[in-house]
Amino acid sequence: MERPVLCEGGKEIAPREAYGDALVELGAQREEVVVLDADVANSTYTERFGRTFPERFFNLGLCEAHMIGVAAGLSRCGKVPFVSTFAIFAAQRALNQIFQSVAYTNANVKIVVTHAGITVGEDGATHQAIDDIAVMRAVPNMTVVVPCDAEQTRQAVFAAAEHEGPVYIRLGRPAARQIYASCPFRIGKAIVLREGEDVTLVGCGITVGMCLEAAALLEQQGISAEVLDVPTIKPLDRQAILQSARKTGAVVTAEEHTVIGGLGSAVAEVLSEEHPTPMRRVGVGDCMGQSGPWKALLEAYGITPRHIATAAVELVDGRRG
Amino acid sequence: MREPLVNEISSPSTRDPVFLSEVARRIRRYAIEMTAAARSGHATSALSIAEIMAVLYFSELRVDPAHPSDPDRDRFVLSKGHGCPALYAALAMRGFFPEEELWTFRKLGSRLQGHPDVLKCPGVEMSTGSLGQGLSVGMGMALAARLDGRSYRVYVLLGDGECQEGQVWEAAMSAAHYALDNLVAIVDRNGIQQSARTEDLCALEPLTAKWEAFGWRALEIDGHSIREILGAFDEARRTEGKPVAIVARTKKGKGVSFLEDRLGWHGKPPDPQQRELALKELDRDGEARPV
Repeated sequence: MERPVLCEGGKEIAPREAYGDALVELGAQREEVVVLDADVANSTYTERFGRTFPERFFNLGLCEAHMIGVAAGLSRCGKVPFVSTFAIFAAQRALNQIFQSVAYTNANVKIVVTHAGITVGEDGATHQAIDDIAVMRAVPNMTVVVPCDAEQTRQAVFAAAEHEGPVYIRLGRPAARQIYASCPFRIGKAIVLREGEDVTLVGCGITVGMCLEAAALLEQQGISAEVLDVPTIKPLDRQAILQSARKTGAVVTAEEHTVIGGLGSAVAEVLSEEHPTPMRRVGVGDCMGQSGPWKALLEAYGITPRHIATAAVELVDGRRG
Repeated sequence: MREPLVNEISSPSTRDPVFLSEVARRIRRYAIEMTAAARSGHATSALSIAEIMAVLYFSELRVDPAHPSDPDRDRFVLSKGHGCPALYAALAMRGFFPEEELWTFRKLGSRLQGHPDVLKCPGVEMSTGSLGQGLSVGMGMALAARLDGRSYRVYVLLGDGECQEGQVWEAAMSAAHYALDNLVAIVDRNGIQQSARTEDLCALEPLTAKWEAFGWRALEIDGHSIREILGAFDEARRTEGKPVAIVARTKKGKGVSFLEDRLGWHGKPPDPQQRELALKELDRDGEARPV
């Protein structure tokens, strides 16, 4: 795999906006791509596809369960539907429809959700999907992708369109720091963003940038951290995780999601079976979200570079101790 | 009793009520035998839709087992997936798979799952089972036909108890908004759901008026009358600008005296003795009618 080129300067773009643009680009290339939304097209940015290809765009109104079924029906007739709403209204509200009409039939439906996690912010717990990775990765046939920035989102959209079968792509609401200038994204492949010796920091989505910042903090304390971007939660890149864990002997996972069943759990499953490794999981604890500015929420729920670095120090100290 | 029907006729599309009644009778026989052999399954939910399935697969649907992936074929979705013994029997008689395979129903490794599986069973267009989802899927198929400029039509058969699921009405509202006149919903209005009569549990009436209020052309027919089913499909094909709902008044367990319109038979197969009695009744019914 070619090496990623990292982005300098820290420009911030909302991945969901990149999603909207990628759809327009994809739609121009592939006639069979259709897009469905449930009345949040101006938040998910699917409205851009709708303006460009109105005949292939279906903003169905508030009926997420129905929308999943319509997408399944379209896919059975050769279309490649991209379905968008907020994460919580897909993974929770339409779970049974996703399970039966999409996953059970291995339908070629791409479920691209936005507003995942507590970074939804002020709207509060009812709009913050904190369990969708856990839920979606438990569904057979489902591929689960959590892109970290605009460039990776664009690539994930094209990769999903190429992939035969259901894909769940999880995007957040806020603008995200640009990690990649170019990113050789492949479904199921993790990317080593920074090499290190003492501890591995594993992130997906918004926490990838945090892991890089945490690595810089750790460096000041004389700890060499490896950073792994794991954009595909399922199928998980077991090899990349094992290789890094064997090298560093300590792993911290970070996710904007409950620590029950998400990235941390997925990594722990691999490590505990193949190469038991001391671990810490940074993420939302077993509790609900709440209203607040998204950065304040991340601080309150303990999902920041500082928290990641602290967890890493605990592991390294424990080993030295 | 076992000779394949499809071989008896040159074209599977017929409007002969005597022939279609015989198909329905054989669907009922199979439904009884399959559920008895499987010792599980929803026999009475299959008996109520026997005439509808007979008319669909031997008259209305443009489907061809020799070309199961023809993009122009009509689509049928059994949204009330538990009624699948009737679907499997119709598909087998129509030549989608050997009739002997019907005896694998619900067995480990069978293509004939307890509820239809589109990836396993030839002729099945959608996996169903968890209720309320089929009409949305049908709408997606109907939208695809419109996008591609194809003339195929989409038929979705729902249970009446199923109409208590909210998603059905999401789909009803949505399909009317898109004016999908290539979409037909048929409601098996047998009046009995798993644990009670529909009107005692969560009343559906006035059901036909509900479909009308949701923007559909709604027809109400006797769901055991071949003539009325044929007429309703004719009417649906002539309807422009609206999807069509056919509320088919039926009897759960139709055709077997001790199952007909009885509570407590949902998801219950006949035991060996009941099987013999049921088949005897159905065969007597067949002898009374010239084929």
